[in-house]
Amino acid sequence: MHNPQLNADGELQHLLTLEGLPSEIIGRVLDTAVPFVSIAERDVKKVPLLRGKTVFNLFFENSTRTRTTFEIAAKRLSADVINLNIGVSSTTKGETLLDTIDNLVAMNADMFIVRHGQSGAPHLIAQHLSATHRSHIHVVNAGDGRHGHPTQGLLDLFTIRHYKRDFRELTVAIVGDVLHSRVARSLIHGLTTLGTPEVRVIGPQTLLPTAVEALGVHVFHDMRRGLAGCDVVVMLRLQSERMKGSLLPSAGEFFKHYGLTVEKLKLAKPDAIVMHPGPMNRGVEIDSAVADGTHSVILPQVTFGIAVRMAVMSILAGN
Amino acid sequence: MTNASLPDAEVTLGRLADKMRGAVAFDAKLIGIYSGGAWLAERLAEMLEGEHPVGYIDVSFYRDDYAQKGLRAKLATTTLPFEVAGSRIILVDDVLYTGRSVRAAINELFDYGRPESIELAVLIDRGGRELPIEATYVGARIAVARDLSIVLQRHLDGSLELSVEPAGSVTGA
Amino acid sequence: MKIEIRNGRLIDPMHGVDRKASLYVAAGKVAAVGEPPAGWHANRVLDAAGLVVCPGLIDLSARLREPGFEYKATLESEVAAAIAGGVTSLACPPDTDPPLDEPGLVEMLKHRARSLNQAHVYPIGALTVGLKGDTITEMGELAHAGCIAFSQADAALADTQVLLRALQYAATFGYRVWLRPQDIHLARGGVAHDGEVATRLGLPAIPAFAETIALDTIFELVRATGVRVHLARLSTHDGVVRVRAAKKAGLPVTCDVAIHHVHLCDVDIGWFNAHCHLIPPLRGTRDRAALRAGLVDGTVDLICSDHTPVDDDAKQLPFAEAEPGATALELLLPLTLKWAREEKLPLSAALDRITAAPARVLGLDAGHLAPGADADVCVFDPELHWVVEPSALRSQGKNTPFLGLELSGKVRYTLVGGQVVHEA
Repeated sequence: MHNPQLNADGELQHLLTLEGLPSEIIGRVLDTAVPFVSIAERDVKKVPLLRGKTVFNLFFENSTRTRTTFEIAAKRLSADVINLNIGVSSTTKGETLLDTIDNLVAMNADMFIVRHGQSGAPHLIAQHLSATHRSHIHVVNAGDGRHGHPTQGLLDLFTIRHYKRDFRELTVAIVGDVLHSRVARSLIHGLTTLGTPEVRVIGPQTLLPTAVEALGVHVFHDMRRGLAGCDVVVMLRLQSERMKGSLLPSAGEFFKHYGLTVEKLKLAKPDAIVMHPGPMNRGVEIDSAVADGTHSVILPQVTFGIAVRMAVMSILAGN
Repeated sequence: MTNASLPDAEVTLGRLADKMRGAVAFDAKLIGIYSGGAWLAERLAEMLEGEHPVGYIDVSFYRDDYAQKGLRAKLATTTLPFEVAGSRIILVDDVLYTGRSVRAAINELFDYGRPESIELAVLIDRGGRELPIEATYVGARIAVARDLSIVLQRHLDGSLELSVEPAGSVTGA
Repeated sequence: MKIEIRNGRLIDPMHGVDRKASLYVAAGKVAAVGEPPAGWHANRVLDAAGLVVCPGLIDLSARLREPGFEYKATLESEVAAAIAGGVTSLACPPDTDPPLDEPGLVEMLKHRARSLNQAHVYPIGALTVGLKGDTITEMGELAHAGCIAFSQADAALADTQVLLRALQYAATFGYRVWLRPQDIHLARGGVAHDGEVATRLGLPAIPAFAETIALDTIFELVRATGVRVHLARLSTHDGVVRVRAAKKAGLPVTCDVAIHHVHLCDVDIGWFNAHCHLIPPLRGTRDRAALRAGLVDGTVDLICSDHTPVDDDAKQLPFAEAEPGATALELLLPLTLKWAREEKLPLSAALDRITAAPARVLGLDAGHLAPGADADVCVFDPELHWVVEPSALRSQGKNTPFLGLELSGKVRYTLVGGQVVHEA
């Protein structure tokens, strides 16, 4: 199936999903992010790569955190950034998603960073741009429904690579609400593409998608068994809405079975790292002692996140 | 111009060091432009008298051809283990040609701080300037056809060698 | 008007006819087959050499979008699409706006269709008022106005007690009920088949057992009430297995499959192609294989188009938000031919599924070409290739997963009631 993310020369045109992205391209993004990490340590944190370019942050779903990191990343590339919070659904405004895109294109947009509550929205936008001969405009998926959050996946891969070096020797566990998690899906695709031999998902049956093994993971319902020997533990955020609607009885019960405590972490390798895409629910999926402890790399994830997004945008804008 | 008629890299480096010895500031800091300039900066630091700290600069983010060519595949990390602000800097590069790489390096350095002064040392000056940039110290001046590139290589034993290749296989300096 | 359809390959599945023969039409009926009636003098001769002459197609589900959804399509455009597709009779579901729960609405629809004088339109009445699933409709009045059966279309009828009463009432008077086997709670919020594809794409999913649980419920109620039920749009392997068992046990059930589910499965969604957003969802390859096998062995009685024109704005949305449905009246024939070719089925058997079999379910003397039958005829060229493009479709809906594909099989003439209503 034609990969809509790549142009005719096999270069990255959009970043929509990590699924099907060649490992060379993933590797290039990670390598490109390295110098951007040190740029963040300078006084002048800007480079002129995207000077004169206009980046639109199109957030159909609220997220101050992700929007801010993209904004910082784009500004550090010297781009002009416009933030648009469209609210829950474009149809409540009366304007369709694609009409909104067309209007922004008329305002000389060079890049769209899109977060949307529905899976497939960035794909729809990319396909529309291609069909209307505007292939020079790039789309970055900042999270679409449950489907994907490729920049998060990339920054997670960058973090793992920073601390652990070779993916081909790792056991990685992803814990929590995988069913609703775009972060989990993207990370799973990235890990399997880079050759991680053992990727585990840990959660109750209600929070694991059907046929999840088909993504190349091993399923564990027992967290203690799932954590045994792990090099990396990724805790997913549990949203409060999941406590209603019959998926889970309560946060307390979830924490008992699937929360990460100091004691459970001892089952993983002694030098295991703990990751979390944020924002954390302390005491629901993760204990404060772990979140603030020596295994936690949650704060470096944020720093790496800006560098990785700078890498993504500068590779796209140059193609 | 063929490989045979190129000057010997080691000999030229020796000449460059001779010109710099006694002329450079005692506290000058050497910053080599990846990757040829980086090798040269390390060698010069050994060959010149006194302590000259060495830094490395990758100009990929400051190039003026990003819109045409995109981001280069191989990036290195600019590493400056000293304060740029107030320093006397000697930028080191292997080949001075259009002057655009040096322009990019100067812009990048200024984002680190305001240097006291910047001088430029190059192994080879091949003319063909497109910007008003000149080197303070030059190892050798040669003329090369536009469709050729001069490339510096470093062998496993650390020795340096110059060769000529068709242009386009490396980005012009 | 006396019309002679000359030298075509005449296929009449109901009577087992498949031979080169001419068809003679007069006074709106089939006058003779093979040899002209005595004193025959044709007003018009249609040269059917190299073409297939078969009964006009009968489509058990085609949304005409009137009343209420005229911005999506109108009776004029969709009936024109029907006859361009060789469909001479169609049944339309009751989910119009307002739903077909009042005799006046049914009469108006029938009147509009009659005045167009093109295809026969058979409205299906709402089983409950407003399709809300609370109160049963005046089925007697609706039947009198022209409804040939009653259904909930895609609307929920979760209350099994209401469903039981509705079936009991229908059974009392011998009315047929058409039901979609989908457990509304298990299907809630779902837009794709619960399997690997939905997991990858992060789409809310509908498990296969949403269909089988509903089938089990329906069969129990059929057993209890004796009502004749037609199951609309089967989609799962296990569903086919259950229907096979139910028929074997003697239950008065029939069922159909939409043409899309004969050909496509969830993998065809690709990167969120909203044209593949359908109800029921496209399921897995195993399900598709079971549906195809069921069509061959008769477990699945017939194929319908499930024609649902959707305006562009409603399709150019992220997958889950896009309105489900595909335009299909003009694709029913070529896609049925494609299935026949792939399965190496005799053409007569394939055409049976879109002519004689639907006629049986409707309880009509139609879908065949014996002398005395209504002259509803489809004449098509099985070898004519054409590309599915918006400009090639008469329907106002251009939403089909087959856009851009080349199909073979195109209608050359359609006759309804002995009149040529379409020619190409």
